[in-house]
Amino acid sequence: MLLVVPLLLFVGVTFLAPLGMMLLRSVHDPVVADALPETLGVLAEWDGEGLPPEAAYETIARELTRAREERTLGQVAGRVNRVESGMRSLFTRTARGLPEVTERPWREVMVELDEAWGQPAVWNAVRATGQRFTARHYLNAVDMQRLPDGSVARQPEERRIYLSLMWRTLWVSGAITVLCLLLGYPIAHLIAHSPPRRANLLLLLVLVPFWTSLLVRTTAWIVLLQTQGVLNDILVAIGLIGDDGRLTMIYNMTGTIVAMTHVLLPFMVLPLYSVMRAIPPRYMDAAASLGATPTQAFRRVYWPQTLPGVGAGSLLVFILAIGYYITPALVGGSSGQLISNMVAYHMQTSLNWGLAGALGGIMLAGVFVLYVLYDRLVGIERLSLS
Amino acid sequence: MTRRRELRVRHSGLPGLAALLAIVCAGALQGAYAQSLTTVSWGGSYGRAVNEGINIPFTAETGIRINVEDYNGGLAQIRAQVDVGNIHWDVVDLEIADAVRGCDEGLLELIDVASMPPGADGTPAEDDFTPDSRTECGVGAVYWSTVYAYNSENIPGEKPATMADFFDLDRFPVRRAMRRVPQVNLEFALIADGVPLDEVYAVLDTPEGLNRAFRKLETIKDEVIWWEAGAQPPQMLADGEVVMSTAYNGRIFNAQVLENQPFVIVWDGQLLDVGQIGIVAGTPRLEAALEYVAFASRAEQQAAVGRRISYSPTRRSGAPLVTTHVETGVDMAPHLPASPGNVDRALRYDWQWWVDNQDELNERFSAWLAR
Repeated sequence: MLLVVPLLLFVGVTFLAPLGMMLLRSVHDPVVADALPETLGVLAEWDGEGLPPEAAYETIARELTRAREERTLGQVAGRVNRVESGMRSLFTRTARGLPEVTERPWREVMVELDEAWGQPAVWNAVRATGQRFTARHYLNAVDMQRLPDGSVARQPEERRIYLSLMWRTLWVSGAITVLCLLLGYPIAHLIAHSPPRRANLLLLLVLVPFWTSLLVRTTAWIVLLQTQGVLNDILVAIGLIGDDGRLTMIYNMTGTIVAMTHVLLPFMVLPLYSVMRAIPPRYMDAAASLGATPTQAFRRVYWPQTLPGVGAGSLLVFILAIGYYITPALVGGSSGQLISNMVAYHMQTSLNWGLAGALGGIMLAGVFVLYVLYDRLVGIERLSLS
Repeated sequence: MTRRRELRVRHSGLPGLAALLAIVCAGALQGAYAQSLTTVSWGGSYGRAVNEGINIPFTAETGIRINVEDYNGGLAQIRAQVDVGNIHWDVVDLEIADAVRGCDEGLLELIDVASMPPGADGTPAEDDFTPDSRTECGVGAVYWSTVYAYNSENIPGEKPATMADFFDLDRFPVRRAMRRVPQVNLEFALIADGVPLDEVYAVLDTPEGLNRAFRKLETIKDEVIWWEAGAQPPQMLADGEVVMSTAYNGRIFNAQVLENQPFVIVWDGQLLDVGQIGIVAGTPRLEAALEYVAFASRAEQQAAVGRRISYSPTRRSGAPLVTTHVETGVDMAPHLPASPGNVDRALRYDWQWWVDNQDELNERFSAWLAR
């Protein structure tokens, strides 16, 4: 038992802890609450109608100046900007222009700096982002938003993106799984029931692409499938299509599905192969000798015995497909993007890690549901990976 | 017998291990004493130009070694390093919007432009840098621009000459490529739709203006392939995958001059932007990093980069030094985005507007693409 401790620690530190932190980020965001505590205190008593009292202007002026000095202003402004576009520059501009002391009411000074301060939308955005624990990112991840009055509504139509991407990711992953099964099953069967020398050679052919870099394989598909690519050249040369009728097979959904099916195929073939190799050929002979046609023998004797491999391969391919993003990013064009591309975008470009965490959390939950379903329908103990 | 062999193996292993340890220790010591800096840039032909124009002469002059890393923009990696407090990037080549955001978020060191060396003609640095190339944490490195270019071999007859032509499917029923981001494309769409250059951002700032830009993009959507990396457009133009593409002007220049590709840049409506260099906040090698930034921002060094890839210096005194291309002797002036003639119909990229609207528009753009 003790020997496993290092591995458990390793998994805990490198996998579970980051995962937990990511999920925590999706509901917990203290930046605004920490930077503007007094303002939020004042706003807590404001009813959301009209403008908040003078005290709110006074405290936010002080706290914005302090945030600027501590160089946390950008983070605060960025958070509020996600709820209401334009807030980032409003905050940075205001903090730069605020006087240290003033005889006049702060509201007057700030509205003079930028008239946006005279609108309730700014204050609602500040109040919304000021909660330490928030469901905002999860709402955003399912194309919903919280309105100023606290009710939940769908995003305006031109901003609804995540739900449709999730559905697309699910059906694309499903399609890829089915394709992998259709292509992988005969291959695995052939390898499992070939003489050892030929089986080794065939297995090598499956494994070589498996060992090749993902980027190389994806780029190879670009070379093959693009409009001026090998496949189109061949089709034109044999006269199947005209030179001006070249097919668009990449930078769209077709490209994504073809490339991902190829990349994920070994994950289907290997579990199938290991299960099939354990099936004695004599069972099929026995079925035939008892009068079964080849189809019957396959359907009632062979196929049921391969189910653990089918289940394992399908589950593996499906789960990997849900999380893929390099291949769709390279060959997916505009219609072949998947939800993971948005996660990558929010991690790397928009730095909205809360939303990235929420999207990731939803995907994780989806995989768990799948796992449980699989357990109920097939039984997880029948899963065979080797 | 086996036992003895095992023993022998063990013995022979020991000196090897000791040698390895010695090498590792030596490496660590060297790391501690010989100065080195990690600079991060955009790779490709631009990365090469920076390496030859700045990094190699810098090491020759100061003895500080440079480790070069490539990235594709964004602040994510810098933020991760600063958050964790383990900083291994020192100097980063940034888009100006990221330089400003990074500064606001405390991810970059403040740099006083007055501490930079004076210009080639002795002008103090604060007057030598063009005003729009300076920010609190960034020093201007280059002017670069997004233009569109076409492969002249694949357009028989009349050639495109204006931004409107890029959006004209009737006269140019060919495939195009654009970068898969909302920025630049929305500006191009409005320019093509007849909005005067100085009103583009004012129009974009209204809901009707945004709708107008998306409607204009919609007219060519079916013929557009979307690219992500700067190296893709010259590749797709050369392959014939597309006939016209928006691109970074330097990448097209390289394909024209070094690979003799029949590409033509259309400067009408080009979107001019500034690249900056900044220092990652809290780097333990701050002094060396400042030295590097000062060196890299010399007019001579900016010109050395400009003579390798067609990006203009941000120093006034640097511009006249960009004479001919180092390898081919091609006159650089007609290829630079800030040259008179090219710059006449240029739009300045309004990073401030984009910093405000990026989050919302990216969602809208992605939703629009997916439809």
